[in-house]
Amino acid sequence: MARSKTLVLRLYIARDAPNSARAVANLAEICKEYLHGRFKLEIIDVLESPLRALADGILVTPSLAKISPSPAARIVGNLSDRSSVIHALGIKE
Amino acid sequence: MSHGGLPRGRTTLLKGGPGCGKTVFALQSLVNAVRLRRETGLFVAFEESTRQIVANAATFDWGLPGLMKRRLFFLEAQLSPDVVHSGEFDLGGMLAMLRAKRDELGARWIVLDGIDVLLTLLHDPAAELREIYRLRDWLAANEMTAIITAKTGTGRAEVINYDFMEFMVDCVVRLERRLEQGVSLHRLQIAKYRGSDFEAGEFPLSFGASGMEVAPPEPPEIRHPASLERVSAGFERLDKMLGGGLFRGSSTLVTGLPGTSKTTLAGKFAEAACERGERTLFVSFDEGAEPIMRNLSSVSIRLRPHLKAGLLRMYSARTESTGAEDHLAKLKSLIRDFRPRCMVIDPLSAIAKAGALDAARAVASRLIYMVKDEGITVFITAINDGDDPSTEATDLQVSTIADTWIHLSYMIRSGERNRALTIIKSRGTWHSNQVRELILGATGPVLADVYTAGGEVLMGTLRWEKEDEERGKTLQRRAAFDHKRRELQVSETDTRARIKALQNDLARQRSELDLYSTDNDARIVSSSEREKELRRIRGGDPLKRNGSRNGA
Repeated sequence: MARSKTLVLRLYIARDAPNSARAVANLAEICKEYLHGRFKLEIIDVLESPLRALADGILVTPSLAKISPSPAARIVGNLSDRSSVIHALGIKE
Repeated sequence: MSHGGLPRGRTTLLKGGPGCGKTVFALQSLVNAVRLRRETGLFVAFEESTRQIVANAATFDWGLPGLMKRRLFFLEAQLSPDVVHSGEFDLGGMLAMLRAKRDELGARWIVLDGIDVLLTLLHDPAAELREIYRLRDWLAANEMTAIITAKTGTGRAEVINYDFMEFMVDCVVRLERRLEQGVSLHRLQIAKYRGSDFEAGEFPLSFGASGMEVAPPEPPEIRHPASLERVSAGFERLDKMLGGGLFRGSSTLVTGLPGTSKTTLAGKFAEAACERGERTLFVSFDEGAEPIMRNLSSVSIRLRPHLKAGLLRMYSARTESTGAEDHLAKLKSLIRDFRPRCMVIDPLSAIAKAGALDAARAVASRLIYMVKDEGITVFITAINDGDDPSTEATDLQVSTIADTWIHLSYMIRSGERNRALTIIKSRGTWHSNQVRELILGATGPVLADVYTAGGEVLMGTLRWEKEDEERGKTLQRRAAFDHKRRELQVSETDTRARIKALQNDLARQRSELDLYSTDNDARIVSSSEREKELRRIRGGDPLKRNGSRNGA
């Protein structure tokens, strides 16, 4: 898969809500383990910029959006189920 | 029904199974708030897409697209199926977004439609509960008037969560759809309303052009204006039987077996109303307007000109198409739009086919009350199965509500089937107790006297024969009379003649008597003369003899 390309991700969180904090930690682990720096991550606090999140079609927090490369993907939850996250992001070892 | 509407600034929970009208209820409340109070509302659609909801609501006359531009905002809140779930999530972010949106729009109303869809994705009852609490706190903190819809009876084990939800909200409205005898019935019930009195019963619900209609509980007190004005029941003879016609605003029930010309009577009533220039609504069930007008024209009842002139409105419904409630809603909107003064429902009994009898009964009585509230003079027909008036129309139990009850029946005698009309009751007015024969002629329906002979009512040929016989008898009587008179005249002349003869006799006898008297005097004179003469001859004492003779 797109190994060489940079993965663009956005993580929508609700400040320091437990699930949001867990999602941040889980994503950091995944990135560290699989992506080796080939990624751009933007973390958006929905409480700070709710209208932007709304415009992006975010419904619940935490949500992870894969912007590029295509296909785009959306993952809802605290990302504790690692294998499904990896699969959804199209990351292969 | 809830004595004032939904609680402002509080949360209302709408519960119900699939297809029971939760979304419509919620949306309609929102539309009303927007339209009537110029408030702004937010509709969060978890279940259906905005496009779907708007398309579904297009059948109602809400002008939704127009409202959406200004005061009614939809928020797409469906998770697309290809969203991957990984671990727990919460509504914190969503609520933050909603608050932002609310602040942006200044919305006072919020509808969360199908929130259960989202919560189910948590796959954890405890988490669902937590999020519901979060939602409650958020709604309370933001003082929004909220409507939350949630499904019940979907067979999910987690349903208990939504039962719990009932405790946290201020008002719970249960919606239900059930099938009764093959017709779906919608019901609404207020299960809870904090701080307000409410009607706790279950009320029928129907969907019309203006959206959802709840059958209001019938007011315990009946207030109908009572008019003394009479309107024609269609033709003079019937009016006479009713002591001058029907009261304006009264209800008339016509019952009878199929083919007893109920529709003809109804048509006559409608025609008479139109001829008075009154707007008339003719509602027929299971028979089209065209065939009715054609059939009525065969007995000289002409409705088409009135239809063209806009005085008459014909509405034909297929009873099985919708439930009785929906028929009622439709009629209601027709009445509202057309504002008729007179109305025909032919036959009302048909709505009994549209679902369960209980429901149809309630609808029938509500329909009559509604019509009477409007002051409309209504003419209702109903088919009854038996020919016994005591069982007729009791299917719908309309007969007790109707002011006037005309019964049509058949009398089968000597190979004929004739129509008979009886007035069973007519409140507050004199009415004929006699049975009349209803004859349908090319010039219209006519009522004829009937004869009773040996306790039997004679109709048709028998009546004609009887009439003929009566005519014969009259002729005979007249002939006999003439004869007798002539006889008497003859005998009078005879008597007069006899009197004349007797008078002649009398005269003759009198003259004879006179004659006799003169003769006698003469004889007396002559005899005394003769005595004198004799004495003179004999030389006796004339004085003494004469004196003793006079003294004797």
